[in-house]
Amino acid sequence: MLINLLLIFGIALLAPWIYNLFKERAGWVLALLPLGSFIYLLTWLPHIASGGTVTQSTTWVSMAYFNVDLSFYLDGLSLMFGLIITGIGTFIVLYGGGYLGGSTYLPRFYSAILLFMGSMLGVVLADNLISIFVFWELTSFTSFLLIGFSHEQENSRKAALQALLVTGIGGLALLAGLVLMGFASGHWEVSTLLNEGDIIRNHGLYLPILLLVLAGAFTKSAQFPFHFWLPGAMAAPTPVSAYLHSATMVKAGVYLLARMHPVLGFTETWMILVGGFGLATLLISAWLSLSFTDLKQILAYSTVMALGTMMMLIGLGTELAMKGLAVYIFSHAMYKGALFMVAGAVDHEAGTRDVLKLGGLRSLMPISMVAAALAAISMAGIPPMFGFIAKEIVYEAALGASAWPVVFISLAVLANIAIVAASAIVVLRPFFGQPVETPKKAHEAPLSMWIGPAVLAGMSVIFGILPFLIDKTLMLPAASGVWGEPMDFYLSLWHGINLPLILSVATLAGGVIVYRFWDPLRESAAMKAYQGGFADLPRIGYEKLVDGMLALAGWQTRVLQNGLMSNYLTTILVAALVGIGYTFLSRSGIVMTPTFEEVRVFEWALFIAVLTSLGIMLAFGHSRLTMIVGAGIVGFSLALIYLMHGAADLAMTQILVETLTVILVALVLIHVPKLTESRSAASRTKDGVIAVSAGLLMTLLIFAATAAPFDAFISEFYAEASYPMAHGRNIVNVILVDFRALDTMGEVVVVAIAGLAVYALVKMTRHGASKKA
Amino acid sequence: MNSLILHTATRLLIGVMVLFSLFLFFRGHDEPGGGFIGGLVGAGAFTLYAIAFGTEAARRVLRIHPITLIAYGLLALVISGIIPMFTADPFLTGKWLFIEWGGVEAKLSTPLIFDIGVYLCVVGFIVAVIFALEEEKVPGLSNRSSNK
Repeated sequence: MLINLLLIFGIALLAPWIYNLFKERAGWVLALLPLGSFIYLLTWLPHIASGGTVTQSTTWVSMAYFNVDLSFYLDGLSLMFGLIITGIGTFIVLYGGGYLGGSTYLPRFYSAILLFMGSMLGVVLADNLISIFVFWELTSFTSFLLIGFSHEQENSRKAALQALLVTGIGGLALLAGLVLMGFASGHWEVSTLLNEGDIIRNHGLYLPILLLVLAGAFTKSAQFPFHFWLPGAMAAPTPVSAYLHSATMVKAGVYLLARMHPVLGFTETWMILVGGFGLATLLISAWLSLSFTDLKQILAYSTVMALGTMMMLIGLGTELAMKGLAVYIFSHAMYKGALFMVAGAVDHEAGTRDVLKLGGLRSLMPISMVAAALAAISMAGIPPMFGFIAKEIVYEAALGASAWPVVFISLAVLANIAIVAASAIVVLRPFFGQPVETPKKAHEAPLSMWIGPAVLAGMSVIFGILPFLIDKTLMLPAASGVWGEPMDFYLSLWHGINLPLILSVATLAGGVIVYRFWDPLRESAAMKAYQGGFADLPRIGYEKLVDGMLALAGWQTRVLQNGLMSNYLTTILVAALVGIGYTFLSRSGIVMTPTFEEVRVFEWALFIAVLTSLGIMLAFGHSRLTMIVGAGIVGFSLALIYLMHGAADLAMTQILVETLTVILVALVLIHVPKLTESRSAASRTKDGVIAVSAGLLMTLLIFAATAAPFDAFISEFYAEASYPMAHGRNIVNVILVDFRALDTMGEVVVVAIAGLAVYALVKMTRHGASKKA
Repeated sequence: MNSLILHTATRLLIGVMVLFSLFLFFRGHDEPGGGFIGGLVGAGAFTLYAIAFGTEAARRVLRIHPITLIAYGLLALVISGIIPMFTADPFLTGKWLFIEWGGVEAKLSTPLIFDIGVYLCVVGFIVAVIFALEEEKVPGLSNRSSNK
């Protein structure tokens, strides 16, 4: 599984070159990658279906007390998600080639979408808590790139940032939750945690853990009140929306809670929080979908509704709900992926996604029409589609809720009425009725763009009529994975006449009526107020929050960084003096045992040279150049001290850095106005006091540090181990590139980011910072 | 800067400095030197060239955009970290290959790739900043405007 993931990431990075090799056929070549992963996962199906699980582990970061392993755990739940991710991924790669054909950014799209696929696959396959988090963050990051794909457009960039901030903050909460979970239980692998749920549930930290994990899952899966980012993210190109925002990424939160259900679930808090938020989300968003006329917005809100349904099922926590969850997730991935792709095809071929400006496309786009119709029938939950089976079980599960079944079922029915109407809108409006003049002359989408919807819609029919194809092999293991123990059930289309069936008929009738009166309903004041309250208000709240944060940042920047270097230094030094000084005096106290016997003559000479240069600088430093020369002398003297103590590497670095610094500062000085001596005596005295106290504190710290007995253990270890273990005699270099390479890596990344930042700042002022942020 | 002495000396020196930086780089594992120090000397060479002949000429000599150098450097770091993972070792474990050829033993290793990454990042960082500042000449404040 690790090799599979590394292969995906590797080929994702090579995608631009592969694109240059195959040009417009690149999509078909690159689609082999997700297809290959799909087949690889499929080979595990017999093993998983017979109740087995797979764990694989590779050490990633090993430390004395704590390991992070790249470990993978494959059971029914992760297999189902893995198959959805790679299967739909195959069609998305094909579809993207058609949809973005001709765009200069197509190679970039392939890279980003494959990187995303790898990350998403990582989330569902990873076993270790930390590696789950790493992949989780990778999905946030790659989705940022994908949502902001049309980066020339401001609303794209805003949507990308919004999605990143909302899911990113949730991600941090999740990290805290996972770390707490790991330390509370002592287990870092999900596969072992699954059997240790009682430890967590009875732990004092259960509630904080639960809340933090829920914060991560709810933001990712767009639960109320965080649901606003998902419709916003529709600014992404349609292949991205179809993949990330219906089939995969938004289900990461659902997956996480399903995965954690045996560990965190089965409590009242769980049921109230997960079930309650799910129920609220599904009801609110189902009706919101009716207030829009943009195909993608309608689908986006129906997706939020589906996510709410999944959360509700996880919250219900009954055996029946788990069965419903597995079936519902699978059916939703099929019909919603197809519908999104068709919506994109309509947009692509007809030039608009507004259902009011579309009509009568059925003869122009027959294949898309059939695919959309089948998918929408499945979404509406009409037999013989797989979506019907899913909705029946959802109703059954809602009726079987351990508390307030009436509330659950009535809200679920109410929401599904809206979804039936939405299903009718997305098919009947664009494809049927009178042909309408569209911005572009519509014709059928190319093969690469209809094959995905056609296959997915076809599967909705096949699995609906022949559910036994997947019930024991895929649905049962997946549901058992969420339940935590083996279950047994089978799926069938016809259950006889029972309460769920009657409710389904009522839902359908309600949906038809709502569709009939959609136009007046959409234009009504009540609907506008509803949209304002539930769709716009959370978004406006988010924007106010971000604006507030920016204002706060602006204020504190103006106070702390007003452009005067001397102010910065004052702030830094005073903060250090107070913080370090207080800790030092309260914890250690002053140690006055400096030894001067070992100090040699030339060291004294250097000391005096440094002092004199400082003195000259202070006394005659009326030009900046003099001051820099003075600082240079201090630097070079330091290099000499390093050299005398045998630190050749350090000395060389110091000399080189000092030289380059002088050049840098000289270059900057050109732009800086001349020093004017206008400061009052009081301000000079203040600076003097701060400088002297900082120097004094530093000296006292050094006295204290040298007074403590020197522990040579670490340096001796490096001296001894350097050659045998790392084949190098220069300990400094060996430490940098081998023993502590991870630290160096972090530092180099800081250097790289600083370089980019300086470059951007300098270049920005050059081209006139008229467009300042 | 229009100075005959500086121009002549730079032409002679730049080759020596680049060689010296490579020398420092390669001996770094056993003797003082290494990617960081070598990178500083290398950056010094291009800085000198930029001062003598202007940044445009220096950019031509460098051929690659300094920011791109940083990117390649980061890539080298990551590659050196990932290679050992193929043999199921942790990220960034040192992997060694000893090649003997004509009585000389060459040590090829992932720490070497790592050090190349450090070198490229250091050169890229300093050169990017210095070029950017050099080009940032405000007319009137600058007394060296001969490179445009």
